[in-house]
Amino acid sequence: MFKRIITFFVLVLFVMSIFSCGQVKKESGIKIAMVTDVGGINDQSFNQSAWEGLKRAEKEFALSVSYLESTQDADYAPHMETLLDAGNNLIWGIGFKMGDTIKEKALGNPDQKYAIIDYAYGEETPANVVGVVFKEQEPSFLVGYIAGKMTTTNKVGFVGGMKFPLIEKFEYGFKAGVKLANPDAEVLAQYADSFTDAAKGKAIANQMYENGADIVYHAAGGVGDGVIEAAKEQDKFAIGVDRDQNSLAPEHVITSAMKRVDNAIFNVAALLVKGEFPGGTTVVYGLKEGGVGIAPTSYKLVPADILEEVEELKAKVISGEIVVPSTPDTFAEWTM
Amino acid sequence: MKLTLKELRKKLYIFATEKTIGFTLISIFLGLVVGAIFLAAAGFNPFQAYGIILRGIFSKPSYISYTIVRATPLILTGLSIAFAFKTGLFNIGAEGQYIIGAVVATAAGYFLHLPLLIHIPVVIISAVLAAGIWGGLAGYFKAKFGVHEVISTIMLNWIALYFQNFLIYTKGFQKPGGETSHSIQPTANMMILKTWKQSEAGREWLLQHPFWKDLLRTPMNWGFLIAVLMAVLVWFILNKTALGYRLRAVGFNKFAAEYGGINVNKNMIISMFIAGGLAGLAGALQVVGVSHKVTLIAAMEGYGFDGIAVALIANSSALGCILAGLLFGALKYGGAKIQPFMQAPSEVINIVIGSIVFFIAIPKLIKVILTRKNKKGGIK
Repeated sequence: MFKRIITFFVLVLFVMSIFSCGQVKKESGIKIAMVTDVGGINDQSFNQSAWEGLKRAEKEFALSVSYLESTQDADYAPHMETLLDAGNNLIWGIGFKMGDTIKEKALGNPDQKYAIIDYAYGEETPANVVGVVFKEQEPSFLVGYIAGKMTTTNKVGFVGGMKFPLIEKFEYGFKAGVKLANPDAEVLAQYADSFTDAAKGKAIANQMYENGADIVYHAAGGVGDGVIEAAKEQDKFAIGVDRDQNSLAPEHVITSAMKRVDNAIFNVAALLVKGEFPGGTTVVYGLKEGGVGIAPTSYKLVPADILEEVEELKAKVISGEIVVPSTPDTFAEWTM
Repeated sequence: MKLTLKELRKKLYIFATEKTIGFTLISIFLGLVVGAIFLAAAGFNPFQAYGIILRGIFSKPSYISYTIVRATPLILTGLSIAFAFKTGLFNIGAEGQYIIGAVVATAAGYFLHLPLLIHIPVVIISAVLAAGIWGGLAGYFKAKFGVHEVISTIMLNWIALYFQNFLIYTKGFQKPGGETSHSIQPTANMMILKTWKQSEAGREWLLQHPFWKDLLRTPMNWGFLIAVLMAVLVWFILNKTALGYRLRAVGFNKFAAEYGGINVNKNMIISMFIAGGLAGLAGALQVVGVSHKVTLIAAMEGYGFDGIAVALIANSSALGCILAGLLFGALKYGGAKIQPFMQAPSEVINIVIGSIVFFIAIPKLIKVILTRKNKKGGIK
């Protein structure tokens, strides 16, 4: 019996390995890889968006692309080295959590190109590194304006993932937009201390709706799924983030503040292929650069006249007439 | 020929059913086979995949070093759980104890300014004590109020997680504008040649010496040796001391132990204290040897939960935890490599680990299969 089982397993293996021999690696020359942060590759948010961008670049420029998922912060460094040994031309770190790791590895391996999402080294950017940051406050400002105009209760909510400067950019941009549209409106802001706990997002959003808020904006990754769920159940409105989240609840997600990580990844890949890798610099994607914006599906639920005003605002932000606040201090100045 | 085959089979049977190690090896083998089937079903060549994993673990000194670094905390959390198992307690709280150990080590490493040789021991001992008290708390609840340790440790895990996040947000501990704490003082660092590696001169030299560059690019540290030492110590305490005898007696049958004059409640608290301390040591070593700081975490990182699997694979043997931890670290580290090298999903490794634990947890099935064959064959 035992022997028979072993024989069976071995046979299965052989048969299946015959079928799987068709796997041939693509030989196009340029290889790009990315390391996800602990959110994982299917996070409905920026890791997923980054991978979509890489996939698009793969088709467009015949690259070979791959990714490595991290489950702990301690994974970042070994993953970077695995990709280094795999002979990649460019290695992406997705998320500011890899900031220190990328810098250390970049200085230790000056011939290897690196890039990172959501991290700026400023003056200290090593020559082989590109930092990519987004002006998250700008699309947040626009959706805040929409929320301020559309609220009937003069109360809107903001649910953040965890309180640190990156997420605060969403919060204060949003608050500024609301205040501009409707100076009487109150913004309830709360942090979930998580990017994955959808149940907690739902609980927070439910409480906000019960306290009179009728629109809740989230910048909290997976927690936001719960926010949108709550909006659906209570028949209130929600605003999505990062990607166009209207499809999650077509009647309730009025708009989304989009952060086009995919575009950034794609653009850097294009530059790399052309041999114009912008090493040593920080690339900033704002409204002006088309790296952020509001969701194309906004017209479905947002009245046309409000969208027109948003377009005007957008033009003002692009021209520099309006500088959207992104920190508690700049927001305090803004409201003065 | 026939006779030798029979004998071989008989030997294999005895090896697999009566020796724990043989049984464990068969479970590991079956786990790898299940992983291979999944890989093949997904259209990947399992031999190629396992080849990549093996090369990814052994083909460079830095890979071996990474495997060891990855395994170190798992050995210790495994030891923590194995120790509690031996004394009849199920310590699901290794995760929380790990967090407490890490955060206390970071605090002691950052706030205290001590000379080089004293700082590291102070950091480690304070972390171990804090985590020990954290674990002992669950033991105390059980002894005093009859709260089951599974319930209390799971809840203590979450308290520990939010406690760490709370501390990181505290002014003075948080690195301004970041989501991490400050890094520990250089005197508390246990990573080999850390400052030199990151200096200008160090980088220059390493670029010209590829072998050393490869080896030193890993966060190599003394943690592994401490973990091995701890495994020996745990083995010694459990098997060679009166304390260990009492603890094990409580584990075997606490009523009999009580009848025999052993203070069951006290021993439960001691057991959880030691288990907590071991998990806390894992966190402390990770901080002084690898990360040098703690980060805001949104979810459990899994060191403690992986420790449960390590303890199961090791059959709760202290020395077995070293091997099981290394196996686990190797699978986790090497297993991730099948993603970039052949675009195969690295989740397969979790399937392998899950299957190994599964096969170990159902020893009866394998024994039944083997026994049936052997009865038919007339050997016994």
